[in-house]
Amino acid sequence: MPRVGLFATCLMNLFRPTVGFAAARLLEDAGCTVEVPMAQSCCGQPGYNSGDFDAARALAKQVITAFEGFDYVVGPSGSCMATLRHDYPKLFEGDPAWRPRAEALAARSHELLSFLTDVCGVSKVAAAYTGTVTYHDSCSGLRGLGVKAQPRLLLGSVEGLQLTEMQDAEVCCGFGGTFCVKYPEISGRMVDDKLANVAATGADTLLGGDLGCLMNMAGRLRRQGSTLKVFHTAEVLAGMATGGGIGEGER
Amino acid sequence: MDVSSPRFKEKAVIALANPTLRQALGQSRKGFVNKRAELVAALPEFEALRDQARDVKNHVLENLDHYLERFDSAVTAAGGHVHWARDAEEARNIILGICERVQARTITKGKSMVSEEVNLNAALEERGYTVVETDLGEYIIQLAKEPPSHIIAPAIHKTKEQVSDLFEAAHGGPRKTTVADLVTEARLVLRDKYFKADVGITGGNYLVAETGSSIIVTNEGNGDLTQTLAKVHIVTSGIERIVPTLEDVSLFLRILARSATGQETETYTTLSTGPRRPGDVDGPEEFHVVLVDNGRSKMLGGKFQDMLRCIRCGACMNHCPVYGAVGGHAYGWVYPGPMGSVLTPLFVGLDATYDLPNACTLNGRCQSVCPVRIPLPELLRELRHQQHQRGISPPVQRRALGVWRFVAERPGLYQFANRLAARALKSLGGREGRLRHLPFAGGWTALRDLPAPEGKTFLELWQARKT
Ligand code: SF4
Repeated sequence: MPRVGLFATCLMNLFRPTVGFAAARLLEDAGCTVEVPMAQSCCGQPGYNSGDFDAARALAKQVITAFEGFDYVVGPSGSCMATLRHDYPKLFEGDPAWRPRAEALAARSHELLSFLTDVCGVSKVAAAYTGTVTYHDSCSGLRGLGVKAQPRLLLGSVEGLQLTEMQDAEVCCGFGGTFCVKYPEISGRMVDDKLANVAATGADTLLGGDLGCLMNMAGRLRRQGSTLKVFHTAEVLAGMATGGGIGEGER
Repeated sequence: MDVSSPRFKEKAVIALANPTLRQALGQSRKGFVNKRAELVAALPEFEALRDQARDVKNHVLENLDHYLERFDSAVTAAGGHVHWARDAEEARNIILGICERVQARTITKGKSMVSEEVNLNAALEERGYTVVETDLGEYIIQLAKEPPSHIIAPAIHKTKEQVSDLFEAAHGGPRKTTVADLVTEARLVLRDKYFKADVGITGGNYLVAETGSSIIVTNEGNGDLTQTLAKVHIVTSGIERIVPTLEDVSLFLRILARSATGQETETYTTLSTGPRRPGDVDGPEEFHVVLVDNGRSKMLGGKFQDMLRCIRCGACMNHCPVYGAVGGHAYGWVYPGPMGSVLTPLFVGLDATYDLPNACTLNGRCQSVCPVRIPLPELLRELRHQQHQRGISPPVQRRALGVWRFVAERPGLYQFANRLAARALKSLGGREGRLRHLPFAGGWTALRDLPAPEGKTFLELWQARKT
């Protein structure tokens, strides 16, 4: 049985532990042993994207060390896992000690849904969800890791779930990490454009694979007074989208 | 051109509140994006062509001195002249010198971003020359006295109604209201200018080292009239726009129009090789190429060399959601959108351009369509890195990053802080499960609620489950 180290992304750990448990359940159902190293904090992306490469390197070393013994490192986020896969090796370019370790980690790191389908060969899940959903392709997962067909394949096997595609599903929702607080007006226009496309589908649920984007969209929906449900895809696939959606209160 | 990039935020907010701009931008961009997607889907080898184009450009950049010398000799052999301009001022002076020598009065211009970059029009007008932009978009913004807001569609920010107003004011009525009538009117006005022109200035999409030809592609044919009817033809181009052979040009022609406007090919592709030869029925008496460096050679061999592959197609801005929201003028200089956010800091300096590399979500859509595969998000991040190293990023951000790093480097402390935050935010969120206001997070809560956490962190729950 492959030993998987579950990467507890910052937002999942703080805001939405259910996503972590959903990920663990899906991995265990796929035949993996799941462990969660306690010596983890953040992948370092906030530092990296803010130009503080030293800080990013320091945190990357921490992640590399914490996850060195696992067959795979899997996380429920395209954004964080793209950092592990693509950015860590770049951060240690020319460093003979860390570069090979970063590359070894990168090669074993996967976004949750693409790991389930592409590595474990999972093509269906045993879950049910009553509703019409639409799926937002988060940018890092989509363009960095090629996550596109995998969530749709798995969602297609959820009993009672109907997927309806929105226009411009591949266009950024305006989150962008610190971008959304540094440039709130621009981010606001982008999320409004996105939500107009979501609304046009008539779906009652919005799904995605990155909590940053989901919190951005859910936060804006709540502010607009919308009652559209927002879940991480893993929650639906694990049959754990039973309580309140993101930003909905009492579960 | 003045650099107003320091006012990016302010100009962005004004642009966001402008419904006319939103309407103008929305329509044309959507057209470009959809048409490109259709054509790319219909050309199975498109991705391979992008690889080839990237490789040819890389090869040229690795051997730029060689190809520039070859181009110089080929132009000279064809009877033309090559001038080397280290910076904008030298470029202006070279062109002013030519215009003065031939006692020019009227100067027609095809679209050239380099001439915008070196602020040529203002210099020419200051000396009393009549300068007429002949590209329809450029003509419109010349009438409006505005800089371009897009590198291939300079007047993309204008609606048809605004163009009607401008034409009515400039040409006298009757007011034209359909696109066809507006175009006809511009044609008639411009036709006359071509014949009067003493000097025609164009850009150069490609400079062919093998033959000394400069090539322009247009949809209006205005470039052809500009360069063949004037007595003197001056090409302004960046030094990086060289390609080795005509064979290579055909590769770039296949990707340029598809990427730029979503056409299989532009309507006119025109080669100029030297001045009119004995026996030629038309063509200019003099042919000059002004090769502009203006900061480009400094990019060679460094972290930003990839940017020199740019073929100025505009696909990155057509697909950029930030550009789509704020338009081109907010960027504050000649080049907007993703490519401009890389080039402007490099050309005018990091200090005046803080926002440009930062006003980006790094969503990567630009890179995914760039025909020469420029890793734009990576270059923007590298600029952020340089800002950080040089202490240009705001002190608040630097302090926050410092605190974040201190805590995140200590997983025990980090988890403790998270447990506290999860509880505090959960209770602030109350039954509704969301926060409307949050001190220090005004940027978030100005437009959105903050979804409240579930109350305990994943790691503590996981640990509890296991014991
Ligand atoms: S960066 Fe790429 S997409 Fe943008 S204008 Fe240049 S070639 Fe075109």
